[in-house]
Amino acid sequence: MLITCPYCGPRNVSEYTYQGDGNRTRPDPASTDQAAWNEYVYDRLNPAGDHHEIWQHSGGCRAHLRVTRNTLTHVVTEVSFARDAGHRKSERHRKPGAHA
Amino acid sequence: MAEYSAFSLLKNALNGNRDWKQAWRKPDPKPSYEVIVVGGGGHGLATAYYLAREHGIANVAVLEKGWLGSGNVGRNTTAVRSNYLLPQNSRFYEHSMKLWENLSHELNYNVMFSQRGCLNLAHTPGQLDDYARRGNAMRHEGIDAELMTPAQIERLVPGLDMSASARFPIIGGLMQRRAGTARHDAVAWGYARAADRRGVDIIENCEVTGFLRDGDRVVGVTTTRGEIRASKVAVAVAGHTGHVMKLAGIERLPIESHVLQAFVSESLKPFLHTVITFGMGHFYASQSDKGGLIYGGDLDGYNSYAQRGSLPVMEDVMSEMLALFPSLARVRVLRSWGGVCDMSMDGSPIITTGPLPGMYLNAGWCYGGFKATPASGWCFAHTIARDEPHEFNAAFTLDRFHRGILIDDKGQGSTPRLH
Ligand SMILES: Cc1cc2nc3c(=O)[nH]c(=O)nc-3n(C[C@H](O)[C@H](O)[C@H](O)COP(=O)(O)OP(=O)(O)OC[C@H]3O[C@@H](n4cnc5c(N)ncnc54)[C@H](O)[C@@H]3O)c2cc1C
Ligand SMILES: [Zn+2]
Repeated sequence: MLITCPYCGPRNVSEYTYQGDGNRTRPDPASTDQAAWNEYVYDRLNPAGDHHEIWQHSGGCRAHLRVTRNTLTHVVTEVSFARDAGHRKSERHRKPGAHA
Repeated sequence: MAEYSAFSLLKNALNGNRDWKQAWRKPDPKPSYEVIVVGGGGHGLATAYYLAREHGIANVAVLEKGWLGSGNVGRNTTAVRSNYLLPQNSRFYEHSMKLWENLSHELNYNVMFSQRGCLNLAHTPGQLDDYARRGNAMRHEGIDAELMTPAQIERLVPGLDMSASARFPIIGGLMQRRAGTARHDAVAWGYARAADRRGVDIIENCEVTGFLRDGDRVVGVTTTRGEIRASKVAVAVAGHTGHVMKLAGIERLPIESHVLQAFVSESLKPFLHTVITFGMGHFYASQSDKGGLIYGGDLDGYNSYAQRGSLPVMEDVMSEMLALFPSLARVRVLRSWGGVCDMSMDGSPIITTGPLPGMYLNAGWCYGGFKATPASGWCFAHTIARDEPHEFNAAFTLDRFHRGILIDDKGQGSTPRLH
């Protein structure tokens, strides 16, 4: 499997670290809405088909990437920098080093 | 007299094997059943068998989209053990172990259950302490466990690199002697035949494409072979749970599907008489009666419904094998394949009523559901027949994730690919 990093170009999957499902929205850290947190932590769409996910090019430029990949064929159709995905209010409060 | 016996073998051999009965019929689906089981893997077939055997419910159909054994029941590496830490798991898996111990008899089908033991190797003092703790927890539940010294391990598994200069020196291990292996196809076929003999319809090449609803209630399924109604619909589709449950409108579940690979080497003289696991990564192996090594390691590590894996993980698995057995460096791999595993968020399964009225769910087996097959079917049948769980599966609810009562045997947290 190859993922084309927008910065480094096409690289083997072994250079990347899977950060998981990118369909989830992290609740505001100040939120005490238990249902929203539970959903964020435990519930997954898990589609058979196109899947939005976060990968880090940990063996390369270390950028976090938003990737669209088909879970049936493993074909990657879209890659962009996660930081370009638009900042939600909660993201500005995130601790440095926290997972995407 | 049992249908399969030394006598019937001899008799049929003498008349050219013409009189064997079909192992299971190929019936057309009836318009309705009391119970429909979706998924003809080990768990679905065992469920149907125990519904008929333990609860007298034989008006049951098992619907399988492909052929029997095409899912993980025919793809796993056949390790059977009950060496868990947490009581919810150890009681359930020990119940399974006890059913395994009598399974060939019970089904009148040789599942080749071989209690050759399972040895978890320890490479650090911390790990050995951890194994001692797990062994104590097991013995506390009445399950066999013993700590082994390097000298004992060396005698048991002569091929291991026991030297102090090994990449990860072996300093001990945890052994469960009653653990072992079983022939996975035989488990599917044996349950199928035994369920069929009790009147269960096993319907292959019948994919469930939707659920029939009466308001909230599930009252049947649509399939590639027409509509079939039932008062109870039980889903046991392992790696396919995500997209099958979406057909019922359940969009999100505490499950991710991941691919796990398995490998078989060319045949070698018998040298590995137990199931063995590496403690400094993820590698395990056993040797089949034909002589091939059956081994595997980690998940590929990303969501997948493709029944094939990628090369980096193969490389990892091979390097871990060589860390333990340097002498295998020139042994060739004969075959490899992948299977889709339903990884739950705490590594433990779900066997429950619901989540919709008229529906029952069996899922979240991760890569360890083969050993669970008898107990899973047994508990699921109980849950379906009585509309409440047995004490052995009472903890395996779906809502435990939102209620904060997880069963995380490894303490990995909600990253399913790490369980
Ligand atoms: C490589 C590998 C190694 C493993 N090793 C071990 C091991 O050593 N020990 C162990 O305990 N476990 C192991 N496992 C895990 C174990 O195999 C599974 O947890 C277990 O088999 C799952 O239950 P099952 O047998 O019912 O699943 P399956 O056999 O996968 O049954 C599910 C069935 O549902 C069917 N289905 C799916 N969708 C539909 C639909 N829409 N309509 C009708 N039918 C449908 C599928 O075709 C399939 O036949 C391993 C798994 C893999 C992949
Ligand atoms: Zn890069």
